[in-house]
Amino acid sequence: MNKDFRKVLAFPYIIWMAGFTIIPLSLIFIYGLTDKSGSFTFANVLAIFAGEHFKALILSISLSVVSTVICLIMAFPLALTLKSKKLDKGSLIVFIFILPMWMNFLLRTLAWLSLLEKNGIINTILHFLHLPGLNIINTPAAIILGMVYNYLPFMVLPIYNVLEKIDDNTINAARDLGANTMQTFTKVIMPLSIPGIVSGVTMVFVPALTTFVISNILGGSKVLLIGNVIEQEFTKGSNWNLGSGLSLIMMIFILISMAFIAKYDKDGEGISV
Amino acid sequence: MIFSKIRKVLGDIYLVFVLIFLYAPIATLVILSFNTSKSRNRWGGFTFDWYGELFKSSTIMSAFRNTLIIAFLSALIATIIGTIAAIGINNMRKLPKTAVMAVNNIPMLNADIVTGISLMLGFIAFGISLGFKTILISHITFNIPYVLLSVMPKLKQTERVTYEAALDLGATPLVAFFKVVFPDIFPGIISGFLLAFTMSLDDFIITYFTKGAGINTISTLVYSEVRRGIKPSLYALSTIIFGTVLILLIVSNIAQNKIKKNK
Amino acid sequence: MSTSLIDLEHISKSFDGEIVLDDLNLSIKENSFVTLLGPSGCGKTTTLRIIGGFVQADSGRVIFDGKDISNIPPNKRNLNTVFQKYALFPHMSIAENIAFGLKIKNKPKAYIDDKIKYALKLVNLKGFENRNINLLSGGQQQRIAIARAIVNEPKVLLLDEPLGALDLKLRQDMQYELIRLKNELGITFIYVTHDQEEALTMSDTIVVMNQGYIQQMGSPEQIYNEPENAFVADFIGESNIIAATMVQDRLVEIFGAKFACVDEGFGNNKPVDVVIRPEDIDLVEPDKGTLVGRVTHLIFKGVHYEMEVTTPNGYEWLVHSTDMFHVGKEVGISVDPFDIQIMNKPESEDEEAVGVNE
Repeated sequence: MNKDFRKVLAFPYIIWMAGFTIIPLSLIFIYGLTDKSGSFTFANVLAIFAGEHFKALILSISLSVVSTVICLIMAFPLALTLKSKKLDKGSLIVFIFILPMWMNFLLRTLAWLSLLEKNGIINTILHFLHLPGLNIINTPAAIILGMVYNYLPFMVLPIYNVLEKIDDNTINAARDLGANTMQTFTKVIMPLSIPGIVSGVTMVFVPALTTFVISNILGGSKVLLIGNVIEQEFTKGSNWNLGSGLSLIMMIFILISMAFIAKYDKDGEGISV
Repeated sequence: MIFSKIRKVLGDIYLVFVLIFLYAPIATLVILSFNTSKSRNRWGGFTFDWYGELFKSSTIMSAFRNTLIIAFLSALIATIIGTIAAIGINNMRKLPKTAVMAVNNIPMLNADIVTGISLMLGFIAFGISLGFKTILISHITFNIPYVLLSVMPKLKQTERVTYEAALDLGATPLVAFFKVVFPDIFPGIISGFLLAFTMSLDDFIITYFTKGAGINTISTLVYSEVRRGIKPSLYALSTIIFGTVLILLIVSNIAQNKIKKNK
Repeated sequence: MSTSLIDLEHISKSFDGEIVLDDLNLSIKENSFVTLLGPSGCGKTTTLRIIGGFVQADSGRVIFDGKDISNIPPNKRNLNTVFQKYALFPHMSIAENIAFGLKIKNKPKAYIDDKIKYALKLVNLKGFENRNINLLSGGQQQRIAIARAIVNEPKVLLLDEPLGALDLKLRQDMQYELIRLKNELGITFIYVTHDQEEALTMSDTIVVMNQGYIQQMGSPEQIYNEPENAFVADFIGESNIIAATMVQDRLVEIFGAKFACVDEGFGNNKPVDVVIRPEDIDLVEPDKGTLVGRVTHLIFKGVHYEMEVTTPNGYEWLVHSTDMFHVGKEVGISVDPFDIQIMNKPESEDEEAVGVNE
């Protein structure tokens, strides 16, 4: 089993990738850049600027940006706390954050309906405490909550992974050289966590931008995101060319994200779970 | 240092807060599975009925069976293809390696909706009718990257030295691989398999676009019932799955700790 | 003239119920090179980290320059640390690493630039400002870590096994380098190591520690020539440690033979431990020795021969000599009175556990 032979072992997967990753993606390009009669056109891509679509895209971007920022703000102190606990190589961390995935994703999201509804559990508790009720169901706020809930682990794990690799003495060295807690954070801990932050941001932003499920369940039918538009083109409208064209717009955002990851997370240390 | 103690307490409070946030919906579902009332937010009394009904419902049971079979098969096949590929990729030169890994990352970084649609377009273009096998192929496709991700780092750490040592001691390359390298990367293979299994189980979007009519997994079944009202038996099923996994994880954790202590 | 700069008073510390330091008292003089020496787990690094402020003692006080700094965070202490494995900031250039502490203190740019140049020159890495940290060798990283610490003009530099990761040759070069730095800077160095040779070479004061206690504190000569107990004798250099009886002042009985010595005040017919360094044993003709034995082992070590001489009671004496005696030859053992170091028998079991070769 020499080196050349061992390289051959990758061939089945390479063929698999060609068949089930490259070709299907190329088909999106073909559909997206042609019309129903098969002739070349940019119309499907430019359709993103049509009033309805553009509104959905802007709303999607705003909601996903807000969710990503909230996830980042929530995840960083969480990851720092977990690091300070010095757990035995993360097994418990993965345990805590992967475990919810074993409860069906749709049911978990659906459970927020029970929690958030007008007569739901949270409002019952708030009422009991004589606090004003929370009325966010079927609003963008509920969708943001659903996004943060579903994607928070994807932010925590990569940040925790990079934080865990920072030597305690590197942080001690900053303190030793006169940096206070805040300076230590902004000048040493933050810059060293950038690979994890970039991975986390990407892993939250991309699914949040393109979701149609969370908006469907928690937004009622009142909130239309770009994911919903694309989904409907394939399931109800059956204009595959338009759906593919709009998907190409999504892919631009994904490519930008991948470029960021490639730039900042060279060793792929952030992605690994 | 009183200050650092306060910080520690604040950290703990925050951790509890996040855990409540993560697990409140799960607790809700568990409670609902014992609720006599079909309503999502009214408690009608305690019952086991939904658990009984679960096993009578052929739609739920067949969706459950599909979910498990697809998760298991896709994870298994992905683990085999992925592990073999990892060895191959590890022996590649830098440039082709970077190219392969870039394509490998696509399903992981790409939006599920785009992956799902592209696979659907692919199957239709090649005249493969949508059904069980297209779901399976799709799941294998998005699972292999997770396996590679788990196996590659282990392989990087161990292969060279121990493999050459085994050769030096007279083992044939194949024996050296199975006796020395394989046990070393085995934890990575297992975690890759488990990760793949979990990802497959939790997937909805890609399954939704590649399943065609007439076949459901739990996810797609739930989605089709969102508007009509969910059968509480589905809560019961989720509770069973979740409980089983929780118990398995706790048991394996305790077992591992015991092994560690004995050492 | 030299007053004490740092005083550790009744410092105790335990981790997870395990006592690491027990009522430790230590006074460090200004402008000295003090080495905390001991095996791993003896509490030396914990002591250093308590001085640095990274570990909080459970009880006791740290006095620095007359002020109690026990509750002052590390960033407010006027001392700097050179960490084990360097702990350089991997996301910064060399210049940025060195400038870190000065930028925190908002020093003017011109001042910082001057300081960087000066510090790099001092550690013999002139012109390295913009190189990448990750491309430096271990020894170079070590020098940068030192430069990063000293530009802040600390009164005390704490060094936590700084040479541990370097190879032998480099380690020896760095020892001289550190002595030179210490003399040029004129500040106090507190150095932690488990390497007795490092300690003997560089320090003016050695603090030998074991199991959370200070075993002995003194100049390298004192520690080497007059170990106070078997642990110190055994840890510093090679030695023959033998159970013996102090017959009277200036006379000790070893294996039934009476040796003249210079120690007094142990009492008459008291059991004691005796330390004799291998190089202090003279091998002579059998009839001229105080004890007679047979050479049972011989190794050429370069500067000297290492021999094992077994006396009839079975004890194997370790002897270093430039004269060679073949294996099997009968020799006499003779020791000059001032080369015999008498020690009290250990009082606690802890000390006993260290192991006296009887």
